[in-house]
Amino acid sequence: MGINFRKETFRDDFTFRNSPEFIRRFPFPFHEDAYMYAVNIEPHVQGPKGTVFENLIDVDEHYVSEMQDRAKVLAEDPLRCQSLPHMTLAGWDLLELLMTEQAKGYPEHFTLTRDGDRWRWINRPLGIDDTFTFGDLSTLPYGPMEYITRQSQGDFCILDQRDGNLWMDAGMVTTQADWSLDFDIGMNFFEWHAPVPLAHEKGIFTRALKFLTNIQQGKPARRLNWTMTINPRLDTSPENYHKWGPDRTTVTPDNVGDKVHLRVELQSFWRLPRSNALVFPIRCYLIKMEELVTVPKWARRFHRVLRDLPNELVEYKGLTRYRPAVIEWLSKYDDGAPTSPGFTPD
Amino acid sequence: MPAKTILSRPVYGTLSPQTGKNHLFVADAEGASAILDLAKKAPDGFFAGAHIMFIPETSRSQFQAPLRALKPAQFYEGPSIAAALPRLRQTLANAHMGLRIYLAGTEGLIGQAMQVALEAGIDHSSIQTEHRGSWARRVQCVHCKGITENVTTQPATCAHCGLLLLVRDHYSRRLAAFQGVCINAEDPSEIPQKEEIFR
Repeated sequence: MGINFRKETFRDDFTFRNSPEFIRRFPFPFHEDAYMYAVNIEPHVQGPKGTVFENLIDVDEHYVSEMQDRAKVLAEDPLRCQSLPHMTLAGWDLLELLMTEQAKGYPEHFTLTRDGDRWRWINRPLGIDDTFTFGDLSTLPYGPMEYITRQSQGDFCILDQRDGNLWMDAGMVTTQADWSLDFDIGMNFFEWHAPVPLAHEKGIFTRALKFLTNIQQGKPARRLNWTMTINPRLDTSPENYHKWGPDRTTVTPDNVGDKVHLRVELQSFWRLPRSNALVFPIRCYLIKMEELVTVPKWARRFHRVLRDLPNELVEYKGLTRYRPAVIEWLSKYDDGAPTSPGFTPD
Repeated sequence: MPAKTILSRPVYGTLSPQTGKNHLFVADAEGASAILDLAKKAPDGFFAGAHIMFIPETSRSQFQAPLRALKPAQFYEGPSIAAALPRLRQTLANAHMGLRIYLAGTEGLIGQAMQVALEAGIDHSSIQTEHRGSWARRVQCVHCKGITENVTTQPATCAHCGLLLLVRDHYSRRLAAFQGVCINAEDPSEIPQKEEIFR
């Protein structure tokens, strides 16, 4: 019954790994043997058992350790969690969403009881049992966004919608792929995406914004994004780039399997009912190369994607130093056989 | 004007007289010449409702007399941007509907005055801006969060933590700063030559 939460680390001795059934449910992001930006947004609806879409807010075996890692990041740098003054209501909306979805998907681990505005939240994996008044800041130990996102896997950006644009006005961002909430907070959709190469010219952001501003309550959407990370480090923030950057020079042909990770973000987009804000959970999944190649189709396909990746993306994703070693290592698992369409293992 | 690079990078225009009851000008150094150019196009009596805040910086004394000759309702000369900001905050806190704001001069001046205006609840797109003079940048170090003023080189050394920073075009209005990210984080033994490029 329930999830067997792993005790593991995402820093120092890096004991993170995926158990075999979690390798099979990894959200492999390539549906064909090549990759280019696209507005790859689809409805966020429940998927089959044994996939990360089984529940719309996914909780997995890394939950407890990820929350411990988040607490460490916040202790070192409280600026990773910020909310502009007009975003408190959206924080309550998010608290409701995450408590409701986690309790619905994982009743053995989470229980939410409501009596009017008097709510009781039990989080068994983290040993929390709190009773509070919904909407009353004085009844929680943190603001509502911080309180619930200290108990939910993934980063969270809350976007205010006004003037036909989306504004990054609140967030909890501790597992990010190299962007800074502290720098980007208050920016609009085009501004915070400004450094992304190629996609602006393709009109990706104009179309994506149009789609996102029309998201309706109860009809969330999702997309996958990806990059690579050396060592299973969740906190690859620009703030700490001078600390983790040297990891990129440590890849050798002998350690690719254990050290190099495909990092996939499951980004979902939800309209919040009271504030009309959008919340944008960015859930990070890591898989080691040696875990990835246990699925032969993924090994072949990732080898081809990485080998043929446009240079701008290689540079932007920070793969330049170690990409040749990874391609060489993966080539041993690519016999040239055709791969079947779609994401799933054969 | 440098080529437009990325979408978070500010774009500046040309000051022109707006319809409004009151007009607040904030300028440094050559920014004064943008006000003087606007005055040529302004209707009679325009400056009777104007407040000019001017920080001469490197321009020393050449602009004060022509600015005063516009006969603004209020004229202020400040020794530095930092010294002028409390006055700007106070002015905006007491402002009424119908105030128009004009910022002219260096990116640091425009950015910091804009930041104060944003904090006062004024929409950035309602503010007129015109760049004149130096392109030196204010840079926030993403690592230590310290802001280094008047950065002219690429890369630049953070005045607070000493890391060697790549100065990006990515810009935050809220911080009034460009982003600086360690340029040799992956291999600190690589020390790229500094070039004077933001002038």
